[in-house]
Amino acid sequence: MLKTGTILGLSFGYIGLLFAIAHYGDKRAELGRSIVSNPYIYALSLAVYCTAWTFYGSVGRAAHSGLWFLPIYIGPTLTAGLGLVLLRKIIRIVKVHHITSIADFIASRYGKSSTLGSVVTVIAVLGVIPYISLQLKAISTSFLILNQYPAITTAVQYADIPIVKDTAFYVAMLLAVFAILFGTRHLTVTERHEGLVAAIAFESIVKLIAFICVGLFITYGMFDGFTDIFNRAQKVEALSKQFTFIDRPGVFTGWTMYIILSMMAFMFLPRQFQVAVVENINEEHLNKAIWLFPLYLLIINIFVLPVAFGGVIRFTGIEVDPDYFVLTLPMAEQHEALALFVFIGGMSAATGMVIVEVIALSTMICNELVMPVLLRFHFPKLKLQTDVSHVILIARRLSIILILMLGYAYFRLFGGFYALVSIGLVSFVAVAQFAPAIIGGIFWKTGTRSGALGGLIAGFIVWTYTLLIPTMVQAGLFPQSFVTQGPFGIEFLNPFHLFNLNVSYDGLDNIAHAVFWSLLANTGVYIVVSLYSQPSAIEHSQATLFVDVFKYSGKDSESTFWRGKASVQDLKLMLERFLGSKRTNEAFSQYAATHDVEWKSTLSADAGLVGHVEKLLAGAVGSASARVLISSAVKEEPFGIDEVLDIVNETQQVIAYSRKLEKATAELKAANERLKELDRLKDEFMSTVTHELRTPLTSVRSLAEILHDNPDVSERKRKQFLTIIVKENERLTRLINQVLDFQKIESGRMAWNLVDINMLEVINDAIAATNQLIQEKQIQLTLDLPETVPPIRGDRDRLMQVLLNLISNAVKFCDRHQGAISIRLLTNAQDLHVEIIDNGIGIAKENQALIFEKFRQVTSSEGTRPTGSGLGLSISKSIVKFHKGAIWLSSELGAGSTFAFSLPISKKQNS
Amino acid sequence: MTNEPLKSRRLVAVFLLGLVLFNFPIISLFNYKLLFFGIPLLFIYMFVSWILIIFLIALITKPHSKRSRSM
Repeated sequence: MLKTGTILGLSFGYIGLLFAIAHYGDKRAELGRSIVSNPYIYALSLAVYCTAWTFYGSVGRAAHSGLWFLPIYIGPTLTAGLGLVLLRKIIRIVKVHHITSIADFIASRYGKSSTLGSVVTVIAVLGVIPYISLQLKAISTSFLILNQYPAITTAVQYADIPIVKDTAFYVAMLLAVFAILFGTRHLTVTERHEGLVAAIAFESIVKLIAFICVGLFITYGMFDGFTDIFNRAQKVEALSKQFTFIDRPGVFTGWTMYIILSMMAFMFLPRQFQVAVVENINEEHLNKAIWLFPLYLLIINIFVLPVAFGGVIRFTGIEVDPDYFVLTLPMAEQHEALALFVFIGGMSAATGMVIVEVIALSTMICNELVMPVLLRFHFPKLKLQTDVSHVILIARRLSIILILMLGYAYFRLFGGFYALVSIGLVSFVAVAQFAPAIIGGIFWKTGTRSGALGGLIAGFIVWTYTLLIPTMVQAGLFPQSFVTQGPFGIEFLNPFHLFNLNVSYDGLDNIAHAVFWSLLANTGVYIVVSLYSQPSAIEHSQATLFVDVFKYSGKDSESTFWRGKASVQDLKLMLERFLGSKRTNEAFSQYAATHDVEWKSTLSADAGLVGHVEKLLAGAVGSASARVLISSAVKEEPFGIDEVLDIVNETQQVIAYSRKLEKATAELKAANERLKELDRLKDEFMSTVTHELRTPLTSVRSLAEILHDNPDVSERKRKQFLTIIVKENERLTRLINQVLDFQKIESGRMAWNLVDINMLEVINDAIAATNQLIQEKQIQLTLDLPETVPPIRGDRDRLMQVLLNLISNAVKFCDRHQGAISIRLLTNAQDLHVEIIDNGIGIAKENQALIFEKFRQVTSSEGTRPTGSGLGLSISKSIVKFHKGAIWLSSELGAGSTFAFSLPISKKQNS
Repeated sequence: MTNEPLKSRRLVAVFLLGLVLFNFPIISLFNYKLLFFGIPLLFIYMFVSWILIIFLIALITKPHSKRSRSM
């Protein structure tokens, strides 16, 4: 016999144990020796996914429809595998931005929008309350079934039991106390609860062991192993048809929809988000957890089919709800201890879910619904209070109680009409609506607030129409014809076959149908509206911070969105009101240590500090409320026209600067080209000069050798040779002098000896010096000189050099047979012109500009290289230039050339 | 650290493999009323594929695994 007292005592004893474990976990966390900071506990806490639905409901589902219980666990296996891609990114974002819940996540991503936060919260609460009620129903029903032992009946009537006698009610109250104690003890900036996680992990162990025990007992105690059960099931028509899927097109679509649905539910159920993301201590834990958690799912599901089929075989002809086979089978075998253990296992599955879910929901309700209202209407009053954290904690505690009351009420009102699994699936579809906004939000920067809001609302409306209203039909709130014939008899709008769509295999097809339509509407609206709406500046910056979180989280990624001034004292006071002075001081000294700030000397906060305080506040009250709070403390200055102009100006300066850079680069490039060219010319020059030096040297040497080796050379010959040697020597000297002169002029070390010069004298001297040369070549020389010329100031020797150069050039290039050179001197008011005209081969137009450059030698039309260094004209040009004159040339091929230069007349004489 | 992106890509590949294994049309290949070692073929298929996926994830995330490096 099982006494009611034993069952109750055990139940409350078990909950007491949970309190103890959670308390121990919190204590250890305070001491800094966490017991939950390892991948195994993390994986076990993820297993809060397995609720009473898994523990009791899966067997019921399997008994009705075979494998259809399974996609709910395959989906999470697949998404868990993606953990390093998806979950890791979400975890990083949550840690960087101090996000507290899934509503906060979406609100923060889309520009810290409190509207979006509240919409998500409403959907989450409406969607999840039936799910909580499911757990309470499981606790209540399992208690009633066990309490009737040894009789076995699952036809229990809640309506007959007054609330004060319902175990589920007391369990709900205890859970509220637990959630308040371990979920809302104080406001933290991270919203992590280690004691809670420890308790949840413990519950995961209990439910797993309980289920395996009962599975082993049924499979190997009551039957002869898996083979025996399936062999016997094969003979039962209702069971053997569950071995395969009905081969109909809609079936596989439905199957896929369930997998997709559970993939999303695993991440976006508020409790899953809480344990997987918010309570995550170390990203590294993911590495092990992403296969440990699927393994847990696999193990807890191994015995589902044997138990389901075994139950159907065992209870042939008896009316027993297959949802509770795990409990009724040990009872039927008079196995009291196992039945009790199973009951505790079922309770652990149910309570774990309820605890985490209410804490997650209460955080959302408080931060996304209560705080915005408080801040809007009562902030002036709140300002007077020194410590606001009490107000927030009270709001959270009240919302925990409220959620549990709502869950309990839902269970009392509607719970009797549905199997465990179908209630849970309705909740899954509700939270799946968060998927587009979140997945889009972390990978797609273009997603906007309006898009997310529109998508969520569209999805929610479809969910309400296709799933929530039919639930009410079942409960009698709407006429039955609504789901059988469609609203007002319009079959087209039937909530189970919207637009006559059929995704069906049996009575539960409305879920797959709702998943398809709601997600289509949701995603469609999200994408289209996002593409056609303009994001605000803060949406832009949040989108970038979320999508590129791995790029920014390494650096100091405080939002630089705050402009204007805030005093450190104001910020500190505000933070104290929410976090208490101890935590505030810790936070500030930590910031000071990492950012090298001295608080005593710092009065006004910079953008970095303001952003940091905003994040700390966000951890306590949610990002949207934190923004409102901060904006009240920071005197944010709107962008004025001056600042806009400044920005424009700055941009222009940058552009101008880059243009300058471009120009400088081009100049450098040209200079480089010139240098290269000069280098090439220098090489050429060297080879010319050495060649020029070698020719006379060779002839001097060979003549000297002849004289040396042949002493009997005739006197006449000897004289001739010696004359050549002397001439060649003179040529050498001239060449070397030229090179030296050129070098001096180039390096600016030429010593100039400036005196007043009569240009006529210089010309006559030059003619006298070159007379012999001219005579030798039988050139006719014509002079056209005035009687007197005004004196000029200059270096006589250098100007002489110029003249000699030009005359010897003219001699060199004038006609070989009938050479004629004329020299003219002209004067005007400003300067003297000297022209030297020859009747030689002339110089091509394209070479005229080059001829004055250093090292240039113009190849004549016959292709022969002229003799000389190629420096003469260049030196002449430098000399003329030094005298502030000009030198030029006019020539035509075959018509001779005219070299001319002008020198300014000395000003002293002129004035 | 340099291993992280590679790991992620491998996990995505496993995810895609899972999508294929657990969906039409592959499952229709095993949709026969046969007992395989006394267990319905489809059930065996589901659980074996499931174990395979878990095994692959474990293999990829195994720290300093020589095998995953040589793959």
